[in-house]
Amino acid sequence: MKRRDFIKQSLATSALTSLGGLGFDLLTASNKKKITILHTNDVHSHIDPFGPNDGRNANKGGVARRAALIDTIRQENPNTLLLDAGDIFQGTPYFNYYGGELEFKLMSMLKYDAATIGNHDFDNGIEGLLKQLPHAKFDFLSANYDFSNTVMDGHVKPYEIFVKDNIRIGVFGLGIELNGLVDKRMYKETKYLNPLEIAQDMARILKQEKKCDLIICLSHLGYDYKNRKEKPSDLNIAKSTQDIDLIIGGHTHTFLPKPTIIKNAIDKPVLVNQVGAYGLYLGKIDFYLSPGQQPKSEHKTILV
Amino acid sequence: MRFQKNCKAELISKAVMKQFVLCFICLAVFSCQKQYYVNKIEGERLEINRDLESDSTVDAFIAPYRKHLNASLDSIISFAPATYSKKDGDLNTAIGNLMADAVYQECNPIFKKRYNKTIDFVLLNHGGIRAEIPKGPVTLRTAYEVMPFENAVVIVGLKADAILKMVEYLSEVKRAHPLSKQINITFNSSYELEQLTIKGAPLDMDKTYYVATNDYLYNGGDKMVFFKPNEGVFDVDYKIRNVLIDHFKKIDTLRPKIDDRFIRKVLK
Repeated sequence: MKRRDFIKQSLATSALTSLGGLGFDLLTASNKKKITILHTNDVHSHIDPFGPNDGRNANKGGVARRAALIDTIRQENPNTLLLDAGDIFQGTPYFNYYGGELEFKLMSMLKYDAATIGNHDFDNGIEGLLKQLPHAKFDFLSANYDFSNTVMDGHVKPYEIFVKDNIRIGVFGLGIELNGLVDKRMYKETKYLNPLEIAQDMARILKQEKKCDLIICLSHLGYDYKNRKEKPSDLNIAKSTQDIDLIIGGHTHTFLPKPTIIKNAIDKPVLVNQVGAYGLYLGKIDFYLSPGQQPKSEHKTILV
Repeated sequence: MRFQKNCKAELISKAVMKQFVLCFICLAVFSCQKQYYVNKIEGERLEINRDLESDSTVDAFIAPYRKHLNASLDSIISFAPATYSKKDGDLNTAIGNLMADAVYQECNPIFKKRYNKTIDFVLLNHGGIRAEIPKGPVTLRTAYEVMPFENAVVIVGLKADAILKMVEYLSEVKRAHPLSKQINITFNSSYELEQLTIKGAPLDMDKTYYVATNDYLYNGGDKMVFFKPNEGVFDVDYKIRNVLIDHFKKIDTLRPKIDDRFIRKVLK
């Protein structure tokens, strides 16, 4: 230990002083980092908890409770990201009365970092979505919706890189095919691009060009389509890509008791998670990172 | 699924700690970019339930919205002398008849004005009735509960062959899909067609019938595939829920009844 102290001190007073806190930090901290990802999907305007007579959902959900839980988790680990996988709108009269204003304002209060766009988020038309954007203090991410010929042009990014405790977290969004699901008069000239090709591009850009340490896909494609295996889904994206660490899904209202682990295109594990709907659950994934190069043969502990 | 951590690598790294640390500093100085890799992931699902405290700031923020919403939803727009449930009735129910007739009455004037055509009858779906109308005051909330979805009325032009496919479908599914009173379908006890009239007349093989339904069914919902191909589709920009609200507001007391518009004869 003495020798270590000596190294620390001598370095701090010589070569590394110009780097300020950085040099000191490198040596004192254990260098292990913990990033917490919290997520919701398909909340569908469920702001109040379900009432006592609501069958299997009785007394569950509620934004104010979710807010308190998120707050506790953030106090435990400030290096937390909060994400939503779409279908924020539609499902209670709050949406019919206020058009999504309250949903966005509350998500901003809860300090959501980003959301992707679900098919129901077009329910008041693309203008209806645009109108509520000033109430959202978080990013809208979609890499496979091309909004360039719509009023949403410039309001949606394909990805965002969040830096928490010097860890670079790349998050990109994917949306479901709108044709046949949403009235064309609602989504107008929004172009849907092949999500698999886009996911492959995004993972490469975020890993190789943007040097992200973690890559998260925020998807509203749906978990899995048993009768239509070729339909783009979270499981398909997981199997056919590489470098994605986590896919947070939505649309199919799939209540996964724990994340699914899938082998990706190069046989490495990727997590796929979805927490059903209506804000009944909050998903929580903790990533523990260590400095150094990724070992050739991957040794990783996944506890789910 | 578990991947065991490589312990050997850890031992080695301890043994060469000094060199490692120094090398690492060099690396950090020259590249200023440290690489991290994931060596452990933990996942869990947290239930939002009564055991959690509510954030009082968030709750206070919602309160005025909730108050305004509830005041509006609880406003009384009609009165129900009895409880009407989609479970009461064989092939037609009071609540279903009420909904189909409301669509006819509220949408036909718009269809006439906009397209100079007349609706022949209405077909909705039994599954689309999402709640009962309870005995007592009928409020806006009732309309939201009966019809929580955003489906809108569409009017589809159908030839007689498509109408017959619809009748065949109804005889197969044997459900009380709501029909308006302009159509009369009588099956025998084994669901075979005995009588079919539309506006009192038998099916005309040359006529185009204008059938009002909702966009979900038009797009093949509930396996109602007979709406395509068709002789044209017409929008009236009217959500089913708003049809109900407007209709309820016009009527002091709802008096829907089970009748003989869609029946099957049961052998005595």
